Amino acid sequence: MGEPATKEVLSLEQLEAAVGLRTGRKHILSILVENKPGVLTRISGLFARRGFNIATLAVGPTDDERFSRITLTLDGAVHPIDQVTKQLHKLVNVLKIRDLEPVETLARELAMFKISADGATRTEVMQICEIFRAKIVDVTKRSVVVEVTGTCDKIDAFERLVRPFGLIEMARTGEIAISRGRGET
Amino acid sequence: MRAVDALMECLKAEGVDVVFGLPGGANLPTYDAFYDAGIRHILVRHEAGGGHAAEGYAKATGKVGVALATSGPGATNVVTPICDAMMDSVPVVFITGQVRTDLLGTDGFQEADTMGITMPIVKHSFMIQHPLEIPRTVHEAFHIARSGRPGPVVVDIPQDLSRADIPYEPVTDVHLPGYQPTTDGNQKQIRLAAKALANSRRPVIYAGGGVISAGAAAELIEFATVDKFPVTCTINGLGGFPAPHEQWLGMLGMHGTRAANYAMDEADLIIAVGARFDDRVTGKLSEFAPRAKFIHIDIDPAEISKNVPAHIPIVGDARNILPRLTAEYRSLGAEGSRLEEWWSRIRVWQERHPLGYEDSTDSEIKPQYMIQALYEATGGDAIVASDVGQHQMWAAQYFHFAGPRQWINSGGLGTMGFGLPAAMGAKVGCPDRTVVCVSGDGSIQMNAQELATCAQDGIAVKVFILNNGYLGMVRQWQELFWDKRYSQVDMGKYPDFVKLAEAYGAAGIRLQDKTTLVSDIRAALATEGPVVVDVRVTREENTYPMVPAGQAARDMVG
Repeated sequence: MGEPATKEVLSLEQLEAAVGLRTGRKHILSILVENKPGVLTRISGLFARRGFNIATLAVGPTDDERFSRITLTLDGAVHPIDQVTKQLHKLVNVLKIRDLEPVETLARELAMFKISADGATRTEVMQICEIFRAKIVDVTKRSVVVEVTGTCDKIDAFERLVRPFGLIEMARTGEIAISRGRGET
Repeated sequence: MRAVDALMECLKAEGVDVVFGLPGGANLPTYDAFYDAGIRHILVRHEAGGGHAAEGYAKATGKVGVALATSGPGATNVVTPICDAMMDSVPVVFITGQVRTDLLGTDGFQEADTMGITMPIVKHSFMIQHPLEIPRTVHEAFHIARSGRPGPVVVDIPQDLSRADIPYEPVTDVHLPGYQPTTDGNQKQIRLAAKALANSRRPVIYAGGGVISAGAAAELIEFATVDKFPVTCTINGLGGFPAPHEQWLGMLGMHGTRAANYAMDEADLIIAVGARFDDRVTGKLSEFAPRAKFIHIDIDPAEISKNVPAHIPIVGDARNILPRLTAEYRSLGAEGSRLEEWWSRIRVWQERHPLGYEDSTDSEIKPQYMIQALYEATGGDAIVASDVGQHQMWAAQYFHFAGPRQWINSGGLGTMGFGLPAAMGAKVGCPDRTVVCVSGDGSIQMNAQELATCAQDGIAVKVFILNNGYLGMVRQWQELFWDKRYSQVDMGKYPDFVKLAEAYGAAGIRLQDKTTLVSDIRAALATEGPVVVDVRVTREENTYPMVPAGQAARDMVG
């Protein structure tokens, strides 16, 4: 390499490219958007054409009627999250994006399960519901409908336990999330 | 006042002096307003021509181009120009008519979901919901189109809303909380970049179209010459650094020079300015510039590390950043002599592998020679709009662009049919300049109808068709990579371009003799009004050198 060309020495070898990395974990993005027609289409279209897969998506109003909040989860093992957020930021209707820190975040999902349950198995199902603080909202001779809230993992666990009884169908909302503490999400 | 009259006021307030368009049912109210608005309107023959003309106007002048189309087929006809403007970051506002609001969603006559169709290919789009929104929306559209990384914006206006009466108050501000482009580069990053440069022994500046969009050509020269940094440009960056120049390596990429590509391959530090590491530049990504660290200056943060990870990203406007980088570098007092070894290596490549071709021994015109003759005949002083194909690459290689906004082409989307309308738009924007269109016998036919527009409006573009009777670039690929199986590339001998030109009211000239070519071109350029020159060139000539698709720069052929 020879003598340094300047007194301010910086070895190019030291320079590292710090972006584009896969984090390997699930990410929850909380996206504040303008409450206008077509905004959700812009976001889902962006994901589709850039090849980003959405794991879950939930949209709803906020305390301010001008804005909506979109909560979406995606796999950081598959996608470079910084590229996803930078592309999202280019959408004019997107006001704010938070890639929520898992420990600083409360995330909940609502799910409803329709499970086969007759006289013989109903008690067992009810016991599982109790453990999960799930609520039975409909009963027939041969079935129950159960409402569960919790993190995505909790709902996955509930599903695994009730599936053997005969899971007729299931509906999930996708996670919504809010940050802990006084500060805004 | 009618909302459409307010629209005219907004266009004037934005400094719009000309628009390109074609009326139809859904935008009849807008056209009624044009009748006495005092804004020049160029009636194109196809909406795609209008869209590309607005792009050519924007690229030549740096101002926002405006194109109008009616609903349905009018709007779908501008899809290609919208996508083209998106790929090449061209500021154009497209104003489309839409069916009446009570017909929306009913598959009404000439109804198309313009917002839905164009959503993936716009910088932003607006659908007017209420006539009162029109003035503010138009100003927001212009603001978005021209600021940050420029791009196309669509404003879709339902017919009934456009004719409603509204109280018009001039809009003096825009309010877009979700749109705040970063323009100031981070000072710490700029300083770090300067230090990296000062410690680099094999640097290369790799400049793209962003330099031209930013109006930073002068700043780039100053930066490049603060030391003796070698410079290469992408096809969209041509003219961003003057050619010829002793530090100029030529274009890089698939049909770039060996000097430029080899320099990228061996560089230890690459300074990308307003460039996006397109696959036509990088070739095989895993083998692209394997020894280099990257400084990446771009106004679009999403371009940073999209394709190639950046070591020193600087987000902002090149025109703001380059002078600060120059100053920081200068203050370090780096020893310029460290670059001598690098330059002697580059000079060897330049001497050993200049751009070249085997010239004909008779009067046959080689297409490369045609471009050289055009350069000679114009003295390099012309705006050159190109179509897409072999002729585009030859024009990029053999016409040396001394300044920005002199070279207008469809680099990203590669749209055949772009050239003639773009040249038309450029000529409208720069009436005192010589504007030529370099085209091929394939490309020209994709928007040849605009010759009528040129004739009617006296838009004196000079079109040079490099006529080889083939879809030449496809034929080249079939020759090189598909075992010479020429599938659907022979264009035959029709049409007769001289007669076609005359039918359209333009002058038609045929040239086929190399020996008088330069003077014949001079005569064509001196002919008044629009001129079409049918230049018969060698039928099977390949564009070289070439990095075969998906291969590394050092594996160039030809």
